[in-house]
Amino acid sequence: MNATHAQRRRERLDRGLKVRSEGIYALMSWRELVYLTLPRLILIAGLLILPFLMPTAYWQRVISIVCIYALLALSFDFLAHFVGLVSLGGAFFIGTGGYLTAILNTSFGLPPLLTIPIATVFGAVICTLLLLPCLPLRGVYFAIVTLMYPLLLMRVIEALDILGGTDGIVGIDSFANRWIEQYFIICMVLLFLFGMRRVVNQDLGLVLRAVKDNDQAVRASGISITYYKTIAVFISSAMGCLAGAYLVHLYMWAGLSTFALDFSILPIAATVIGGAGTLVGPVLGAFILVPISELLREFGTLRIVFYAIILLAFIVFRSEGIMVYGQRKYHQFEKWTKV
Amino acid sequence: MSSTKPPLLQVNQVTKTFGGIFALNDVSFDLHEGEILGIIGPNGSGKTTLVNCITGFIEMTAGEVLYRGKKISGKAPHKIADMGITRTFQIMRPYYSLPAYKNLVIPLFSPRAKRTGGWRGGGKLGDRNTVSIDILEELGFERESFVPYKKASNLPTGYLKRMELARCLALNPKIILCDEVFSGLSMSEIASMVPLVERLQMEGITLIMIEHRLRELFRVANRIMVLNFGEKLIEGTAEEVMADERVKEAYFGSQEVEEVMAHA
Repeated sequence: MNATHAQRRRERLDRGLKVRSEGIYALMSWRELVYLTLPRLILIAGLLILPFLMPTAYWQRVISIVCIYALLALSFDFLAHFVGLVSLGGAFFIGTGGYLTAILNTSFGLPPLLTIPIATVFGAVICTLLLLPCLPLRGVYFAIVTLMYPLLLMRVIEALDILGGTDGIVGIDSFANRWIEQYFIICMVLLFLFGMRRVVNQDLGLVLRAVKDNDQAVRASGISITYYKTIAVFISSAMGCLAGAYLVHLYMWAGLSTFALDFSILPIAATVIGGAGTLVGPVLGAFILVPISELLREFGTLRIVFYAIILLAFIVFRSEGIMVYGQRKYHQFEKWTKV
Repeated sequence: MSSTKPPLLQVNQVTKTFGGIFALNDVSFDLHEGEILGIIGPNGSGKTTLVNCITGFIEMTAGEVLYRGKKISGKAPHKIADMGITRTFQIMRPYYSLPAYKNLVIPLFSPRAKRTGGWRGGGKLGDRNTVSIDILEELGFERESFVPYKKASNLPTGYLKRMELARCLALNPKIILCDEVFSGLSMSEIASMVPLVERLQMEGITLIMIEHRLRELFRVANRIMVLNFGEKLIEGTAEEVMADERVKEAYFGSQEVEEVMAHA
């Protein structure tokens, strides 16, 4: 045994940083500050330089689609793991936001700068109002209702031949240039990601998490659970409608495929892979799943087979999700300290 | 207790049926401001159902509940809690994923706590985290320890029972309906809870206590009401109630009653 070696011991990096409870930190040095902020900075920087790393315009377009799914996954994770409402409403939100944008742009001639915020807010209002009667429902029942709405609206548009019928609404403005198109949605993902992280730790978010844990106790605390569920659904559907509004401007077309089931299912897969209840996880999950799906296009019909195998592997070997695993490992990093 | 003052809470002929079974049958009683009313009865006699009916968690089949002369039966549970009529749950309902002190932020965030300023502050302007730790400390959570910061899922029953009471107190209540706060606690834990209940009464909070721990209940309660098979058997002081033949019959074989009566 080396004499100098004996006087050192291993210590966890986060030791001393965590004060009593998670979420409260005591920073004593620059190193600790870096330890805390580095993962977040890497995420932000990584997302911001991603468009430059993409070889072709096709892959840049993929990044935009990924961001749409990332917003939907964020919206799913928020509702499912912080409010306790399992929502399959991705398609519903995308469709509502998308068609609203299309109408605002083609019939009223509003530019994307106006259509997107208006569609986000009013789309969310419409979605929330339609979901209001189902808010007392929990678990799988709420999921089924949110799944029914896109199917219902799709058939209504098809049968009555309104809003362009099966052809959809064409001639929607695109963004001014590729960089605005790209960075708008990336900034939105970052904004909502860090915004939601903040919301769930505020008093409002605590009430929502309490509703998930034990809604009867929330009622016994003199708080209306329907009111808070309404707020949560509004926030969640606003994210979905924003994604829908963006999608329609991206494709310059709004059609029945905005109600496609993909928008409901893929966010759930992304959440499972990324780590449920972490908010960052679902975003990362979308950044893994969607490009994989694109890469597998070469295999033609076998694509779904490989896709399913990859999903299965994730669920069997990392069922907790990448982020939950990653966060745990990151907190277990050790350093040598002098005794 | 002056008889001219109207009762704080009037329960008039409350009946609750589940299918053909009468969980509560024509139960009436008055609750006066500042008193502690104990409700006892064998298992399945409808005590918890009564609490559920008063606080609006289940709808009663017939009858009405008046609070300060105004009808509250039929209102939503959160509206009734908003008026200051709070309850604890027999099976504790903490928010398991939140730390203990964050559990109290939720009632402190409620409209009632914001309006009335809470039990120990923490209304619109107060720091809810600080106030919730203050409240927990008053209920026996050691401030300087890790206990108030632990996740509720890691806390033992004794602390969770106190947290049930803390949730009610954070709302700055007028009436607390305690559904078996002593059950599942050790003798020493109960011994530390009794002075707490007495202090709440001194602060002007009216309590209804459902208990199986008769000895401790008789120490604090002003009046006792006995339920059996959903019907009110008798109401009176502890001595009157325990001397009643029907109560003895309902509790027949219960060792504790015999013990208590031997002491009485």
